[in-house]
Amino acid sequence: MDKDKELEKIAQEKGLWENKHFSGKPSKTSEKQGEGVDSEVEFQRLYTPDDLNLDYLSDLSFPGEFPFTRGVQPDMYRGRFWTMRQYAGFGTAQETNSRFIYLLKQGQTGLSIAFDLVTQIGYNSDDPLALGEVGKVGVAIDSLADMEALFKDIPLDKVSTSMTINAPAAILLAMYIVVAEKQGVAPSKLPGTIQNDILKEYMARGTYIFPPVPSMRLITDTFKYCADNLPNWNTISISGYHIREAGSNAVQEVAFTLADGIAYVQAALDVGLEIDKFAPRLSFFFNAHSNFLEEVAKFRAARRVWAKLMKDRFKAKNPKSLMMRFHTQTAGCTLTAQQPEVNIMRVAFQALSAVLGGTQSLHTNAWDEALALPSQESALLALRTQQTIAYETGVTGTVDPLGGSYAIEKLTEDLEQSVWAYLEKIDELGGAVRAIELGFQQKEIQTSAYRYQMDIENQTRVIVGINKFQKIQEEPPKGLLKINPKVEQEQKQKLAAVYRKRNQAEVETGLLRLEKAAESTENLMPYLLDCVRNYTTLGEICDVLRKVFGEYRQENTF
Amino acid sequence: MEKGQRIRVLIGKVGLDGHDRGAKVIAQALRDAGMEVIYTGLRQTPEQIVEAAIQEDVQIIGISILSGAHTYLLPRIIELLTREGAQDIQVIAGGVIPEDDKILLKEAGVAEIFGTGTSTRDIVRFIKQLQLGGGLQE
Repeated sequence: MDKDKELEKIAQEKGLWENKHFSGKPSKTSEKQGEGVDSEVEFQRLYTPDDLNLDYLSDLSFPGEFPFTRGVQPDMYRGRFWTMRQYAGFGTAQETNSRFIYLLKQGQTGLSIAFDLVTQIGYNSDDPLALGEVGKVGVAIDSLADMEALFKDIPLDKVSTSMTINAPAAILLAMYIVVAEKQGVAPSKLPGTIQNDILKEYMARGTYIFPPVPSMRLITDTFKYCADNLPNWNTISISGYHIREAGSNAVQEVAFTLADGIAYVQAALDVGLEIDKFAPRLSFFFNAHSNFLEEVAKFRAARRVWAKLMKDRFKAKNPKSLMMRFHTQTAGCTLTAQQPEVNIMRVAFQALSAVLGGTQSLHTNAWDEALALPSQESALLALRTQQTIAYETGVTGTVDPLGGSYAIEKLTEDLEQSVWAYLEKIDELGGAVRAIELGFQQKEIQTSAYRYQMDIENQTRVIVGINKFQKIQEEPPKGLLKINPKVEQEQKQKLAAVYRKRNQAEVETGLLRLEKAAESTENLMPYLLDCVRNYTTLGEICDVLRKVFGEYRQENTF
Repeated sequence: MEKGQRIRVLIGKVGLDGHDRGAKVIAQALRDAGMEVIYTGLRQTPEQIVEAAIQEDVQIIGISILSGAHTYLLPRIIELLTREGAQDIQVIAGGVIPEDDKILLKEAGVAEIFGTGTSTRDIVRFIKQLQLGGGLQE
């Protein structure tokens, strides 16, 4: 029997089967009570070969080959596991350094730094706006002195570091380069990532400083500088994670992220960079949410869409330019403060979806994160969860084990279609930056977030321990992390010592030169490197840039 | 507040915290429950929050905070309200706030703290009761 005839026969038989068992009952989840799905993509009762519009060689192909649906490396986890990269940072650089060294001893394979909000928004710890915030959600970094303490005894050529830093990413990268130099590690040997993704800050995360135009310039400056000097550095981590955390569904997460990616690529092309020079170092960051099958399909769809965009729209030739490499973090927003031990299971399933989706690195959340920053014990358990998946479950034994599942392939197709529709809409609005200015993505995210909450309150979405299976009496969890209350004082003292010790004349000259360069179109990286070398602080550098670039003010879209 | 007037609430993000999902969901839920809601947007100082609350003549300030800076910022708002003679404006808060801190904040004058997993309906009910308790029309 030829293939078309066979599919026709399957469709026919399926119709009969549907009639026999479910006559007249709807097949889609949305028409059934109690099964909320995170996106417009809906599940059918059963998937069969006739549901797929699949051409194996062009739509799936082989791992490591365009369009990378089945993964970016030919042998995926058979060659090497994903990087186990736990996001950590709190208090002073010394405290965070101890946590890093502990995690590395426990078998973690990469670092991921959480900075406090003061650092992320470009102020010093002694700024009045920093009151109450120093060292709270991450480590406080004011100058090179703090970065030196943060990486003490950590070999920067061996351990790759990811930094969740956006508006002042170029400055933190400059500090990192100088710390490495002092360790005797050349920039060309440095592996790592800066998040450097300002567009999602305007849309979902909120740590912007400057308006879009100068912010994009800082980003393309880092693209250029790294292409010439840091060949192993991921110059950006284009992030859907925070878009999802802010309330978007799975389709919006991928679509808004890829639209941002398009905007960065276009900005780099507009300043004269060559596509295949910078595109291989673009990386991505996604959320692993609770809807297991949808999430696996989401990762696969995202890779396929990006590969097509890079090839067809931007005419990239280098296969590395077409490959979407990404980090994944399990969904913080799904963690509950009620019966928090259940979070251990949530995290494990979410992590497994990321692995089956082909992630390059992974952060698993700790069970206590709806209550506090993770304690040392809960952070260890989160890491152990990844190690269990890697070493015990066997899912790493074959590449893309869910590929070819009728359900997964159909969901991948459906998600891809919905993502293209959003990308078209954003193009019509004039691209990601313009759409953000119009508040388009923000409104879409807000609507989804509200619907998600109402689904919980109406019980159409069940969250164990929240709206079903509640405990009458909950014991308050023990052993939560407390931030040392003296951190602000200690950090201010350290900063005062930096002011005293450094050569003030050098600092002032450097800042003046930076200001001039910022007013021109010169690449700012060399100037930032000069500034951080002589212990010019993050706040001082950002003040100069704020003066030249101005500050972004959020339009209130509510 | 006159009889039949709608409850006015200011929902605010104070400090450097950029997480506004909760604030916006609450703002919309209160609005859907018939209240007048003013949302401040991100990165407000305690001074800006208090000034806006007085200017907008609200009865309730709802502060969303997930940054851990609540122990400084919330008491500061209450202190400023008292200084301005506006202590009749009640302050409620939501976010990731540890149990021990909840006790401290309530002692400082925060009317209620709503943690992760709270239903918006409970917050609506609480605000209405608070206003009834103050002799106001729902």
